[in-house]
Amino acid sequence: MTTSRAERPAALYDIAVLGGGPAGLSAAVAAAAQGSRTVLIDAGPRPGGQYWRHRDGDDGALHHGWSQFRRLRQELAAHPLLDHRAGHSIWHVERTDEGFTTHTTHTGHTSRDGIPRALRSRTVIVATGAYDRQLPFPGWTIPGVFTAGAVQALLKGQGVLAGKRIAVAGTGPFLLPVAAGLVGAGATVVGVFEAGLPTAFGRHPVAALRNLPKLAEGAGYLRTLLKHRVPYRTRTAVIAAHGTDTVTGVTVARLDDQWRIVAGGTREIDCDTVAVGYGFTPQTEIPLQLGCEMMLDADGSLIARVDSRQRSTVDGVYVAGEACGVGGAQLSLIEGELAGLHAAYASNGPSVDRGRLARLVRQRAAQRAFAAAMHQAYPVPDGWQTWLEKDTTVCRCEEVSAGAIREAVDDLGATDPRAVKLYARPGMGLCQGRVCGYATTCLVARANHRQPTADDLRGMAARPVAQPVTLGALAAGADDNGS
Amino acid sequence: MTTPPPGFTFTFDGEPVPARSGQSVAAALIASGRRSWRHTRTEGRPRGVFCGIGVCFDCLVTVNGRPNHRACLVEARPGDTVSTQEGAGHDDLAC
Repeated sequence: MTTSRAERPAALYDIAVLGGGPAGLSAAVAAAAQGSRTVLIDAGPRPGGQYWRHRDGDDGALHHGWSQFRRLRQELAAHPLLDHRAGHSIWHVERTDEGFTTHTTHTGHTSRDGIPRALRSRTVIVATGAYDRQLPFPGWTIPGVFTAGAVQALLKGQGVLAGKRIAVAGTGPFLLPVAAGLVGAGATVVGVFEAGLPTAFGRHPVAALRNLPKLAEGAGYLRTLLKHRVPYRTRTAVIAAHGTDTVTGVTVARLDDQWRIVAGGTREIDCDTVAVGYGFTPQTEIPLQLGCEMMLDADGSLIARVDSRQRSTVDGVYVAGEACGVGGAQLSLIEGELAGLHAAYASNGPSVDRGRLARLVRQRAAQRAFAAAMHQAYPVPDGWQTWLEKDTTVCRCEEVSAGAIREAVDDLGATDPRAVKLYARPGMGLCQGRVCGYATTCLVARANHRQPTADDLRGMAARPVAQPVTLGALAAGADDNGS
Repeated sequence: MTTPPPGFTFTFDGEPVPARSGQSVAAALIASGRRSWRHTRTEGRPRGVFCGIGVCFDCLVTVNGRPNHRACLVEARPGDTVSTQEGAGHDDLAC
């Protein structure tokens, strides 16, 4: 297979940045500006990640921080030391004598099947972001039930409304921009059903005051919803979706503080679409592949442990953004810049800008305090497990039911998700447990009368091959650096 | 490969579907009112987009005879033949 391989000479980059969202862009631009030869590797056709997902010619009207993005995109395109590899899905990162080799398949105009590429670097910065965290419920596999992120991506990235009458459900501040975006684009939002009661936030006045812009942003979305008469209900959830080939309605229920259904508090609502998300799950397969120490974050997510310089516990591996703790785009930008600077200092030894570091460290502390307060304000108690029927699908890929998972515990004696995965196959399909990993972990832990641990989550999150790769691509082998 | 014209069509199960340059197969199908283009391997249930960003593999579809493309990621091109995917997309192999 011939490809346009002549584009680059043999190269060993100082730094490979994995992921082109806020953290990765910020890291790559900071590192290149310090004189490090840097490559930004990203699966998307355009930079920006999920947060700044956009179309060609997009004016940024639907985006926050668009001017920040434009500045970063300009640097990415113009800096002579910075290469951008778009359309590169990373399936494995390998440690080598010289540093790391990042294995990708490249999808673009020349091929839809993925051409193998390998990129070499002394250091890697993992900035792989996160995706919507899901809880299963009866009917969640019916076409028309989307993740909140999918509905947002269709709108921002494709200019397409996912439906006409939409229920927005789940927990966390992300539900607000999704709902506001939908009504702004002309959809009817039948309600925003927030399972939590986000008043706990009031207990963190300092964290809140230091992040007034974010609070103002949330208030702006609420005003939009109010103007369009969209009901915003707390302690309320979509506990079932109805329909056969497509969604025709949902059951909405009042919840208690443990998210158990309050008797007499359920009703049916007609709608054709559900947008649902219960927070975010960081993409951690690369730190896991590389043997980085992981930990359980306050929101129940598995994250990579980092030090004050964004270094993981493995030499030469830095982590920035959601992969070391979900905290939003502003925190990701700060962590990315810090990771880029420190990785550059370590590889090239330019003189350290103490003032800049001190400012970034202060900003990071404020943003992390805000993130911690958010996690406390939007917990996910395990009462959602009572919404499930025995035949409710938990693993969408392998079509494994909640009943089958409980049987693996009760009848076969499984005490952790890894054993359940072996006995009942949740997490064994193409998504490799990305969608059902959190829920399966919670179900198994509770069935064993204990709390989920980092080890439980690791058992559902370890993916030696992070993306499907064809045997043909493997056999062909390739080195993007031409050596 | 030249850039597709701003507006074009591809076919889905034989019917024409309008699309715009840069649009994903999934976005074009949803914009045309379609919700599902795959039946699951075990229970034969209909599936379409769920995560929309390439994570969940629910939206698998057959494009130009090749199964298992993620419709949310693969960009539509003029003249593409897109079809509903049954199971793993290899039923013709009878194995």
